[in-house]
Formats: sequence, structure tokens, C-alpha cells
Amino acid sequence: MRTWMTFGAVAVIVGGAIALAGCGPAPQGDKPAASGGSGGKAEFSGTLTVAGSDTMVNIAQAWAKEFMVENPNVQIAVKGGGSGTGITALINGQVDIANASREMKAEEKDRLKAKGDAAETKVARDGIAVIVNAANNVEALTKDQLGRIYRGEITNWKDVGGADQTIALISRDPSSGTYEYFKEAVVGKDKNYAKSAKLLPSTQAIVDEVKSNAGAIGYVGVGYESADIKVVAVDGVKASVATVVDGTYGLSRGLYMYTNGQPKDLAKAFIDWVLSAPGQKAVTDQGFVPVG
Amino acid sequence: MSESQESKRARRGRAAARRAAEAVAGRLIALSGWSAIALLTAIAAFLVTNAWKAASSPVAGLGRMLTGTSWYPTGTPPSFGFLAYVVATLRVTGVALVIAVPVGIGAAVYISEFANGRLKDLAKSVIEFMAAVPSVVYGLMGVYVVGPWVKAAFHMSSALTALSAGIVLSFMALPTIISISEDAMHSVPSALRQGSLALGNTRWQTTRKVVVPAASSGIFASVMLGLGRAIGETMVVLMVAGNSMELTWSLTTSARPLTAVIAGEMGEVVQGGLHYSALFVIGLTLFVVTFLVNLAADVVLERQRARWRR
Repeated sequence: MRTWMTFGAVAVIVGGAIALAGCGPAPQGDKPAASGGSGGKAEFSGTLTVAGSDTMVNIAQAWAKEFMVENPNVQIAVKGGGSGTGITALINGQVDIANASREMKAEEKDRLKAKGDAAETKVARDGIAVIVNAANNVEALTKDQLGRIYRGEITNWKDVGGADQTIALISRDPSSGTYEYFKEAVVGKDKNYAKSAKLLPSTQAIVDEVKSNAGAIGYVGVGYESADIKVVAVDGVKASVATVVDGTYGLSRGLYMYTNGQPKDLAKAFIDWVLSAPGQKAVTDQGFVPVG
Repeated sequence: MSESQESKRARRGRAAARRAAEAVAGRLIALSGWSAIALLTAIAAFLVTNAWKAASSPVAGLGRMLTGTSWYPTGTPPSFGFLAYVVATLRVTGVALVIAVPVGIGAAVYISEFANGRLKDLAKSVIEFMAAVPSVVYGLMGVYVVGPWVKAAFHMSSALTALSAGIVLSFMALPTIISISEDAMHSVPSALRQGSLALGNTRWQTTRKVVVPAASSGIFASVMLGLGRAIGETMVVLMVAGNSMELTWSLTTSARPLTAVIAGEMGEVVQGGLHYSALFVIGLTLFVVTFLVNLAADVVLERQRARWRR
């Protein structure tokens, strides 16, 4: 008898705990409570979900961290997953802000139209550096050669002035904004990447593979350059913050934050902060280019 | 001393309560059993419903998808042929089985027939532990340990190949194969072993000629289940196999198994679209293959059990 009672009591407690965990207010999102009187910074509170571009995930986390230090009642959750993933999440209503390293496509804007309007804010700029293995003696490529390499039309380094070695194409996977941007800018809008291109799940994976594969070529944001890999000049210009700022580097792009409708409340506060001096300083610290 | 009226009533009351409890428990257990079947049917229905759009679409179409070799769902025009990925799954799984089956059955034979008590317990615990390691940990091992080793050992240019992924997958299939084969061999009646030894066979001859053939159904089932594990593995192949679309049987080239396609692209598709549905066709293919593999394993296991039932 006693064991039944114990069992029953435990079952009720466990069931009650589970049920209560499901109750509670639904996540409200951004409702800032401005405090302080006239003058003085308004303190915000609430939660914000940000997801999308892997290129932007480090800078977005840095922004979130600093903003949360200045506004302790704010919780900002930042995730990667690729620009495509972030935009899809925005369309599905799962996030407040989508980070994207490419512009929203027309079909995506249409899908969002059913629930609102896409509002785009450019928050930084980025250059796409073309990287090769440190032992590769190729120093420069034209954009046309780069396109032909990535479409699979050129398959050996000796055809572009290098050693006799098969070119190993490294790319991001299709959920990446960098993949889409590179496809439009280099491969060709109506063309496709070569079938032999390796579609790796993250920028770090690309850097790792280019470091260890003598015939590899890959593309990463300027912020990911490191000493173990070699940056190739494209059309005579090497990717760097300086060449993106003065516009001489061809593969430059904007980094965007998208919201459903014009940003309001906490989202607006966060985006305004990102565009302000401390936010743009973080951009430079991370190796990207301020929006200028 | 005869029972009082009170205690008689109490005794009948307790008996009735016990019968009621048994009826309730019986119903609950039956409900659990049926709900497992219902869940599986629901999953199958979910897959078929979502795959229907792409399977019947003039742009995609099931036949073209299964035989086509270009997977460019975001291209203009989009194409949805995933034959190259089916071959990639076969390559990676093939490598995994070629390694895991001999090693696994050998280990099971050793643990079952030749290991002494303490070593046997230790080995079994270690194998259970291997089965519990999360697959992403195996993926990290593959990227930073196994991949570079394979690259150096076979003088390849890249560590991200079907061979590297297959080797890591074999680590994951091993615990399944070892556990179930060992169980199968353990359940061979010792009378058979003793008879064989009595007739003059050595222990190794007994194992080779009597125990393993007797347990063959269970061993086959274990291989089928290990195969199922290797086919369905996602994280490892996503991180280690290189993900390229080439239609080749070569092991030193990258591969993009079906699971990696779904994992890599599901996040960015818009719900209800053609690309979304095409990924569900891939999922349905995996589901059907795994279901058939597990069905084969179950049928064979049941035969094994029936053979030894008294």
C-alpha cells in the first residue's frame, strides 16, 4: 500500500513539474522599459533572438555581449547556421533579427510579404578573400579565371601558372550567404559550382582544409585570414580591410540585418547601437569593414 | 479460527483491487505497444505527405531524382538528381562494413569463447561505452585525428574522403555488431560445445565449426543492424566526408551521403517549397532502406530464436 502511495505521489510531483514548466508567459520578445529621467542613457530590457550568417556570428556575438553589458536587463541569443537558415527562421517567425551576408532573394522577400515586410539594414562590409595553401606558388588570379576554376572548367593549377596539381575546390554549403554571394559574383548567376566542389559546413572547416591540402582553393571573409594560408590577389588587388574601404577590391559585399517590418523597440535599439561608434569599432576589431 | 465477516470482506476487496490493477496495467502496456506502431506509421505518413510534392512534380519527379546526377536545387533551372549521393552513401557504408564486420565478429568470438571472466566484463563495458559516445565526438575525432592519419598513410591530398568517413563510421558500427554477435554466440547451448570438444575438436575448431555456424543468424542480424547504424549516421559524414557531388566509386574522393545532404540543407529551405519536398524524398529513401534492413535483421533473429527454443 505504502509503495503505491509513494509511487502515486512521485508521479503527481513529476507530472506537475512538467506541466508547470510548460506554463508561464509566452516569450514576449522586445518590450523595452526605459528608465531614468531626462538625459542619461535609457536602459532597455527584454529578449532578442538573432540568427543567420556564420560569417557574422562572431561579430554578432561580440555586439550582443557588449550591448548586454551596457543593458543588463537585456538577453540576446545569437546563433549561426548560415544566412539562408537565418532568413528562413525570420520568415517562419522564429527569430527577431536575421543576420545575412547576402541580400534577401526575391522569393524570400515574397514569402515574408505574407507576414510583413522585409526591412534591410546594412551593418558592416566584408571582403571575400580567395585563399590557397601556403605552399602554392600562384599569387594572382583574374575574376574570370576564378570563375572558370569554380565552374570546373580549369582543373589543374598549371593552367593558371602554378604547379602540376589537381585543383581541389573548397566551398561553403548552400545554406551559407557566402556561398550565394560567391556564386553570383564569381561562378555566374545562372551557372553552378563544379560537381567536384567540396561543400563544407563552416568557414573554419574551409580554413582547415586549405591549410592541409596542397591543391586546395577556398573563399573566406577577410576576418578569417590567418598566417598559415595564402591570400591570392583577385584582378590585381588583395583582399583587406583597406581595399574594401577604398572600393578597389572587387569581391566586397555588405553584411545585413533583416527584420520583419521596420525594427522597433529592443530590435531598433540594438541595431541603432550596432550602427553607432562602439558597434562599428567592434566591426573593425573583428576584421570586418565599418559600414562607412 | 474462522475468519470474521470483516476480514473476509477486506480480503475480497484486496483481490478485486489486484484484478483491477492488473487490467489497468495490461491496458497501459498494450497502449504503449500500439503507440510505438502508431508513431512509426505517423512518421512514414509524414514523410510521404511531405515528399509527395517533389516526387510528383514535373520539375523534380521521383524517377528523375533517383537517376539524375545533378543536385542543384537553388540553380536556374533547379535540378534534383541525387544518384551521386546514393552512391556516396554506399561507398561510405561499404568501407564501414568491410572494417567493422571482420573486426566485430572476431572481437565477439574472442569475448564469447576465449576471454576469461574479468576481461570479458571489462570488454563488454568498454563496448557499451563506445556505443554511447555522441556521434559529434566521433566527428571531431574524424576531422582532427583519423582524417590526417588516413591522409598521411595513403598519401592523399585531402583528409576529407569517403575512406576517412568510412573508418570513423566503422568505429560506430562496431559496438552494435560486437554486442549482438556476442549475444548470439552466448545463446548457443553449451551442450553443442561440449559435444564437439568430447569428439576431439580443439576449442578453436569448436568455435569455427560449431558455435559460429550455429549463431550465424544472430551474427547476420548484428551486421544488418550495424549497417543500419552506418547508413543513418549524419554528423560524422557531414564533418569528415568532404561533401562533393562526384558520381564515382573511388574511396579517395570526397562523398556526400544522403544524410549529410538533409542536414546541410534543411535549415535553409522554406517550408512547403519544392526543395523542402525534395529533401523529404531523400529522407523517405533513407527511411525505406533502413526499415528494410531492420526488417531483414528481425526476421533472421526470430529464426535464430525459434531454432533454439525448447
